[in-house]
Amino acid sequence: MLSNDISVILPELLLAVYAMAALMFGVWSKKQEAVSGLILWLTALIFVGVGLWIGMAPAGTKTAFNEAFVNDGFARFAKVVILWGAASILFLSKDYLQKNSLLKYEFPVLITMATIGMMIMVSAGDLLSLYMGLELQSLSLYVIAAFRRDSLRSTEAGLKYFVLGALSSGLLLYGASLVYGYTGTTVFSQITTVVADEGMSLGLLFGMVFLVTGMAFKVSAAPFHMWTPDVYEGSPTPVTGFFATAPKMAAAGMMARLLHDAFGNAIADWQQILIFLSFASVFLGSIAAIGQTDIKRLMAYSSIAHMGFALMGLAAGSQEGVQALLIYMAIYVTTNVGVFAFILNMERDGQAITDIKSLSMYSRVAPARAGALAVLMFSLAGLPPLVGFFAKFYVLTAAVNAGLTWLAIAGVIASVIGAYYYLRIVFLMYFGEAGEALNGKMSALHWVFLGGSSAAMVLGIVNMFGVETIAGLAAATLLN
Amino acid sequence: MDNLLSIVTFLPLFGAIVLMFFLRGDDEMAVKNAKLLALFATGATFIASLFILQQFDPSNTKFQMVEEAAWLGGLTYKMGVDGISILFVMLTTFMMPIVIGASWKVDHRVKEYMIAFLLLETLMIGVFLSLDLVLFYVFFEAGLIPMFLIIGIWGGKEKIYAAFKFFLYTLLGSVLMLIAMIAMWYDAGTTDIVKLLNHEFSSGTISVLGFQIVGGAQTLMWLAFFASFAVKMPMWPVHTWLPDAHVQAPTAGSVVLAAILIKMGGYGFLRFSLPMFPVASDIMQNFVFFLSVAAIILTSLIALAQTDMKKLIAYSSVAHMGFVTMGIFTFNQQGVDGAIFQMISHGFISGALFLSVGIVYDRMHTRDIEAYGGLAVRMPVYALIFMLFTMANVGLPGTSGFIGEFLTLVAVFKVNTWVAFGATFGVILSAAYALYLYRRVVFGDLIKESLKGITDMDAREKLVIAPLVLFTLLLGIYPALVLDIIGPSVEALVHNFETVVGAPITAASSH
Repeated sequence: MLSNDISVILPELLLAVYAMAALMFGVWSKKQEAVSGLILWLTALIFVGVGLWIGMAPAGTKTAFNEAFVNDGFARFAKVVILWGAASILFLSKDYLQKNSLLKYEFPVLITMATIGMMIMVSAGDLLSLYMGLELQSLSLYVIAAFRRDSLRSTEAGLKYFVLGALSSGLLLYGASLVYGYTGTTVFSQITTVVADEGMSLGLLFGMVFLVTGMAFKVSAAPFHMWTPDVYEGSPTPVTGFFATAPKMAAAGMMARLLHDAFGNAIADWQQILIFLSFASVFLGSIAAIGQTDIKRLMAYSSIAHMGFALMGLAAGSQEGVQALLIYMAIYVTTNVGVFAFILNMERDGQAITDIKSLSMYSRVAPARAGALAVLMFSLAGLPPLVGFFAKFYVLTAAVNAGLTWLAIAGVIASVIGAYYYLRIVFLMYFGEAGEALNGKMSALHWVFLGGSSAAMVLGIVNMFGVETIAGLAAATLLN
Repeated sequence: MDNLLSIVTFLPLFGAIVLMFFLRGDDEMAVKNAKLLALFATGATFIASLFILQQFDPSNTKFQMVEEAAWLGGLTYKMGVDGISILFVMLTTFMMPIVIGASWKVDHRVKEYMIAFLLLETLMIGVFLSLDLVLFYVFFEAGLIPMFLIIGIWGGKEKIYAAFKFFLYTLLGSVLMLIAMIAMWYDAGTTDIVKLLNHEFSSGTISVLGFQIVGGAQTLMWLAFFASFAVKMPMWPVHTWLPDAHVQAPTAGSVVLAAILIKMGGYGFLRFSLPMFPVASDIMQNFVFFLSVAAIILTSLIALAQTDMKKLIAYSSVAHMGFVTMGIFTFNQQGVDGAIFQMISHGFISGALFLSVGIVYDRMHTRDIEAYGGLAVRMPVYALIFMLFTMANVGLPGTSGFIGEFLTLVAVFKVNTWVAFGATFGVILSAAYALYLYRRVVFGDLIKESLKGITDMDAREKLVIAPLVLFTLLLGIYPALVLDIIGPSVEALVHNFETVVGAPITAASSH
């Protein structure tokens, strides 16, 4: 039933129509700057609205196009995080784009395209729709990474991202073809049945490994993380902020969906891969970040370590683990929105600065902003009573309950190493030596995101705004 | 009042919030208000905590005034007090107004300073009152944040090194405890400390990576908790963060660190290690004895060689904490009583000693022992008070220091005479370094030019230190004040321990 199918995929469809319309509007309009600003605001508002719409939707699982598209609690949770994360970054990016004469209507349009891709990724019920979603997202991201065309760094970032991203897409596609060859189907639910009936044949195992490898690139898990620091550093800051939020949720969600929906009967086979990815990521992210002086590179390594923790939840291979993954990602995205609201305002005499040394004694310049960032840093380090601690706590609990105690121990040791560089930022702001200070002004809107994010880190201790329960329900729909 | 414990815990936090949001500006008036408000908040907390003491029934060995509410998935917000925790709560609420009073001369970022201390007070009280594993961990660990900032912002020259060392050392210890807590949750199906106290964790020998682990899961969890508490305590050889932190912290920070924060380790042993992992504790007894005696003798010797007054007192703290761990792991009434008594008394004495150092530091801006000498000439009151606390630190009868040391020594003598011998030797050493310090600072002729204008303690300083003088003497003369409150709970603790492990073989009967 086509009309039924369309009603399931309606939010994505409407967003796609909107993206086309916005593109046309942008192309034909005369006053580029004003129109671009308008489209940017409109896009962000639409994201918030669609997020609300999806979030309010009644519970239940619906599928469309012969199960190629699944709309369940898990997908809805991920989509709300993706949409609101993307909307926040859009709200934050306007000032920066305007200052650097990057405010073009293509930016929100590309972000919308990427977001649709992400929504399809987390809703995919078929290897083909998964790949389509992934490519829609990736292609848009390659372009916005190189959005500052006259900057060598930015073009380099875009090119690097494209080459490595294309490689990973290739690996993923190769894996998909192997899986298709050995099971005769690309639909997740049928792959599950084949695995249940016939077990994992060698070819199928190979296919799965390639699929996981391809996705590991996308979540920037070590040892497939090489692109992350360069792309984070080279891209315009709003784009970096975008990379650090919505696509991370999408990639993690896609991974959880594929592994549980298609290979849910072969947990032991993929568990070892994820254990390794998680282990390598937490240590690499924590250790490599110590030497960084550029805050964007630092956040890149931080994201590698955090994805390692998120994958630890997935490695547990349980419903609890998926719940922990969702909670972790929601908290991580919220924190990063705050952090990037801050980074976007790091400037001296109108010049954007990303060297962390410029934060020296920042608490004297802007005590409130410094305080909010300190809270976010302590939260990223995973210290109670901030919410970042509970993110790690759920993941560790899932790991220990799944018998992965040693992985949990490795994780906490890595988190202590990682605490060092988050503390270093606090140290610079509060007891470093006075240097040339930043003097950028912060708009009220940015302050709302920064302050709101850090307030959420503190107040979340009461009941985590109900995210825990919702994530639990969402995880249950994925595993049953 | 049904939620008295929560009120006491969060009253300082409330004060901190008021300071944070409602006190603006940094002119003289605002600074004064910040100090007064902090003093008021800590004072009110102390008065509120007196109600806990008044409602507390020492003969009841169960948790009292229990509050419970559902929290995040499976966890509970549960608070309660028993004979073991109540005096630590009282110690905290009692010391905090003194700490604020001692900080009256802080001159930069006063508002933030007061906020940090008020936050710290909430977190410290929470540690002693929480009856849920994760809640305990949250309070326990969160204390690192304000302390990191206190050392880092208001500390001395090497503050950055000290702050990072303090933070990372204690964090590394604690995260292992977190894993053990999760494992306990998994094993017992609850994070409620009351239920966990009645849960028996398996102690059959298991093999991990080819190693035979006697005591099995209990030993592993015991070790994970030990990693945290031993660092916090601090026990030799993981004590090295303490002297650094003490030397760099401002006076008030040192007082909090010595008087309250390091007591969390001892409290942790009594709340978790002993009652929850009795078999493992029994297995590890000699190991702890060895570390304790090593701490008592080695750090006393190190203290003898110090040239910095604060460092000397810091090493002496490590030695005194050696008595505490030794007493706890005798597993008998006298030993545990003595350990708790020693912790309370050390809270007063070391707090007072750090205040005393602070008093001369405020005048001369140096803690170098060489820079002083002959202070008795110009500062007779100071000389007297410093003398009292030096003697109390040595353990002179009549001061509270004596009771704690004596009880733990008697207790350990029953279990292991060699350990008792070593520890007693440490008492002699403590007399050596304490008196040596006193002679170099206070006695002799006042020949240094810089000291000729030094003034004696003013009214504020006297007022701040007076309650400590009172309690050091009072507890020394009438120790039942403490022992009556902790006695029944300790008896129950020891009794439970003996039913699991069996009555201890004393040194006397084994020969």
